[in-house]
Amino acid sequence: MIPVGFAYERPDAVEGALELLAEHGEDATVLAGGHSLLPVMKLRLGTPELIIDIGRLSELSYVRVEGDEVAIGAGTRHHAVETSDVVAAEVPLLAAVARTVGDPQVRHRGTLGGSLAHADPASDLPAAVLALGGTVVLRSLRGDRYVPITAFYTGVFSSVREPDELVVEVRVPRTGGAGWAYEKFTRRANDWAIVGVAVVDGRVGLVNMGSTPLRASATEAALAEGASIVDAAMLADRDTDPPADVAGTKEYRRHLARVFARRALTTAIVA
Amino acid sequence: MKIEMTVNGEATAADVEPRLLLAHYLRDVIGLKATNIGCDTTSCGACTVLLDGESVKSCTLLAVQADAQSVVTMEGLSPDPGSLHPVAAAFRAEHGLQCGFCTPGMVMAAVGLLRENPTPTEREVREGLEGNLCRCTGYHNIVRAVLLASGQDPDTARPGAAGDGLVAPGFSVGSA
Ligand SMILES: Cc1cc2nc3c(=O)[nH]c(=O)nc-3n(C[C@H](O)[C@H](O)[C@H](O)COP(=O)(O)OP(=O)(O)OC[C@H]3O[C@@H](n4cnc5c(N)ncnc54)[C@H](O)[C@@H]3O)c2cc1C
Ligand code: FES
Ligand code: FES
Repeated sequence: MIPVGFAYERPDAVEGALELLAEHGEDATVLAGGHSLLPVMKLRLGTPELIIDIGRLSELSYVRVEGDEVAIGAGTRHHAVETSDVVAAEVPLLAAVARTVGDPQVRHRGTLGGSLAHADPASDLPAAVLALGGTVVLRSLRGDRYVPITAFYTGVFSSVREPDELVVEVRVPRTGGAGWAYEKFTRRANDWAIVGVAVVDGRVGLVNMGSTPLRASATEAALAEGASIVDAAMLADRDTDPPADVAGTKEYRRHLARVFARRALTTAIVA
Repeated sequence: MKIEMTVNGEATAADVEPRLLLAHYLRDVIGLKATNIGCDTTSCGACTVLLDGESVKSCTLLAVQADAQSVVTMEGLSPDPGSLHPVAAAFRAEHGLQCGFCTPGMVMAAVGLLRENPTPTEREVREGLEGNLCRCTGYHNIVRAVLLASGQDPDTARPGAAGDGLVAPGFSVGSA
């Protein structure tokens, strides 16, 4: 399968990428790891006119502690997140979730920024960043915007990112010793989640339970009011609208969300 | 677009369309046919090569993305057929192939895995190769071959148990 032809630019700095985005706007498509974009282009479901390749910009690949947050460059590969000592010590949930993405070859290419920007509700990392209460940093020639992940997604494959903006960084609070867990339910070893539940510090993020990653707010509120894990987990599917597809019906996904919320909360809180 | 790429230690160059996939560059432009295309959808791993030392699926990379970088294919592992690369030799010793279609990708994924984890447990080998499918389903001998290539005795290598800190999709993880 061969993509439709396109023009290709590989700027050697973020500044150059921003200039190209400002000039071409909606006609330009950013290429990071290419592990969501290229499959779509090979199927000819996506036919970008201009590709701006940011995959080699080393200035977008870093993990640093900044105050009570960890700042991760958008170009940081899943493999680097998975193996970073800083991530393991400061945000262990994120390292564990990165390790569940695809397979080693996919993790050598796919990036944290690409995973967030792609806005697929079946992706693992957006729900983890949501449970962490992270922030997406968007940059354009107009300046920087710090968008809380709770306000970033607007629907399936869509976010508040403007066409001239680049996701340059993802910021997450240092959670240190707070209990955490990720439950990813798949049928086959390296599949996408049918449903996933990320828990950290009493917050619960849901994978594939609606058109965007969701917080299980009713569960969180019940826990805060002293409900038992079993009772709180029964509310995990409240206000969700999960997809129905070959992997399962809506009702099946609702059931999975309740079961895996219970397991994840038990691991995070009791263990 | 003009690109230059080191493939198996040798400089290669071509003027290519940006949409050319790395797998097609290797097979059709420079004529190295070991790298197979199986699924063409990033699932099977038959097209796995090393890009600057890391395993990648060459059906899901543009050749232009590998411009000015270094690629190793199965051909480059054992340039002298008289002395096989240790991973290739171990696949032969343990009979780690049947039809052989998955083998170049499997071997390159194994070389990449051992570079990151020189003495893996059996479970780490299985998880490290989860991006590679063998439709002859000869996984058992493939895992043994990788353990042998890492200098371990496949009969006594550590299985790697639950709770060893290793996490696979579909397994439960959390703070212990
Ligand atoms: C076989 C396979 C299995 C996978 N399994 C999983 C899985 O289990 N779980 C999971 O979560 N994901 C999975 N993925 C997806 C993988 O994680 C992708 O790497 C990720 O979703 C996209 O990251 P990327 O860097 O490859 O982005 P790309 O494919 O390069 O880009 C994706 C989209 O985001 C945009 N974009 C990328 N970076 C930026 C940026 N910095 N600023 C603005 N826009 C940007 C692009 O324009 C494009 O629209 C899988 C992929 C494959 C091929
Ligand atoms: S051909 Fe590339 S993964 Fe199957
Ligand atoms: S040996 Fe036939 S596909 Fe693996």
